[in-house]
Amino acid sequence: MTESTDAAARSVTNTTTAIRPRSIALVAVFAALIAVAAIVPGIPVGSVGVPITLQTLAVMLTGLCLGPLRGGLAVLLYLVIGFVGFPVFSKGQSGLGVLAGPSAGYLVAFLLAAVVVGFAATRVVRRRPAVWAPLFFVAAMLTSIVFVHGLGVLGMVLNADLSLANAFKADLVFYPGDVIKNLVAASAAAAVHRAFPDLLARRPR
Amino acid sequence: MTVLATYVPRDSPVHRLPAGVKLTGLVLAGLGTVLLGRWWQSLLLLACVAGLYGVARLTWRCLAVQLRAVALLVAAIGVLQIVVAGWERAVVTCGNLLALVALAALVSLTTRTDDLIEVVVRGSGPLRRFGVEPERVGLLVSLGIRSVPVVARLAGEVRDAQLARGAATRPVAFLVPLVVRSLRHADRVGEALIARGVDD
Repeated sequence: MTESTDAAARSVTNTTTAIRPRSIALVAVFAALIAVAAIVPGIPVGSVGVPITLQTLAVMLTGLCLGPLRGGLAVLLYLVIGFVGFPVFSKGQSGLGVLAGPSAGYLVAFLLAAVVVGFAATRVVRRRPAVWAPLFFVAAMLTSIVFVHGLGVLGMVLNADLSLANAFKADLVFYPGDVIKNLVAASAAAAVHRAFPDLLARRPR
Repeated sequence: MTVLATYVPRDSPVHRLPAGVKLTGLVLAGLGTVLLGRWWQSLLLLACVAGLYGVARLTWRCLAVQLRAVALLVAAIGVLQIVVAGWERAVVTCGNLLALVALAALVSLTTRTDDLIEVVVRGSGPLRRFGVEPERVGLLVSLGIRSVPVVARLAGEVRDAQLARGAATRPVAFLVPLVVRSLRHADRVGEALIARGVDD
C-alpha cells in the first residue's frame, strides 16, 4: 500500500517538463470530483436534520489539495461545465439560469473559496505534518465564513428577494453542516498530502 | 446509464439550432427575467418554455424530470415569498426560476456535447491575448466532462470496498481513498496527454 502510494506520489509530480499536461489532468479530475459530490444527494446531518450536499466539502478539498491556481481552475472548470448545460450543479441543475437563482452567490463564492483556501494550504504544508489538519480546518472555516456565507447571503438577497435579515436566517442552517464538512475536508486533505507530499511542494506552471 | 447522459436525439428545429445561438438565448433569457415583474408574465414565459419542449419533440416526462429536481427548493422559496411579499411576488419568483431551469435543461437535452465544447473553444478565443489557448480550454472542458463518470465509478468502487470490509462509512475513510484513486487516475491521464503530444 505505502509503496504503491509513494510510487504514485513520485510519478504525479516528478518531471518538471511534464507538469503542464499533468496539471490539466489534475484540474479536470478535481472538477469531476466536485461535480460528483454535487450530484450525490445530500445527507441529513445529525439531530439538526439539515440535508447538506458534499459540494462545498469537495470545493474546500480541491483548494486544500491543489493550491490556489490549479484548485481555482478546477472550480472554474466545474462552473463552466455546469454553465454550458451539464446537470452538474446540486439537484441536477445546469445552465446559466442558476446565476439568476437563489444559490448563485454560493457558486461564485466556491471559486473564491478554493483560491483563498488553496493559498493558505501552500503555506500550511511547509510546516510539520502534525499541524496540517488543524490549520487546514482553521483556514477552511475562516474562508467559508467570510466568502461562502458572505456571498451566499448576498445571492439570496439579490435573486430570491429576501431581506438581508431573512437571507441571513436562511443561511444560518448551513453553519452546523459547514463545521462538520470543513473538519472532514481538513483531515482528508492532510491525509492526501501525507500520501502525496509533492502535490503542493512544487509551483504549478 | 452514465451520469451525464442527457442528450436526447430528435429531428426538430430546436435540435438543429446552432449551439451558440441556444446558449446565447439562454443567457439573454436569464438576464431578461429580471424585467418580468407581473405574475402573468412569468406564467406566460413558463408556457413558452413548455411550448419549446413540444417543438423539440420531447415528452412531458422530460420536462417533469427536470423540474422535479428543483421542486422542493422552489416550493420552499414560494412559501417564504407568500409570507413575506404576497402571492403575486411568489408566482413571479418561482415561475421565472422554473422557466430558466427548464430552459437550461432544454439546451442540454437538444445539443450534442461536442457542439457545446466547440462553443466554449470559440468563446474563449478573445482570451488568447491573455496567454490562454482556446484549444487547451476545450481540452480541459472535454476532459472534465469525461472525468465525471470515471470519478463516479471510483466513488462506487470505494464504497463497495468499504461495504465488503464491513467498515462504517465514515466520511474521511471514504474521501481519502477516493482522492488517492482520483490522483492516480489524473496521473494516467497526464501520461496519456504527454504521449499524445500535449506538451510544449
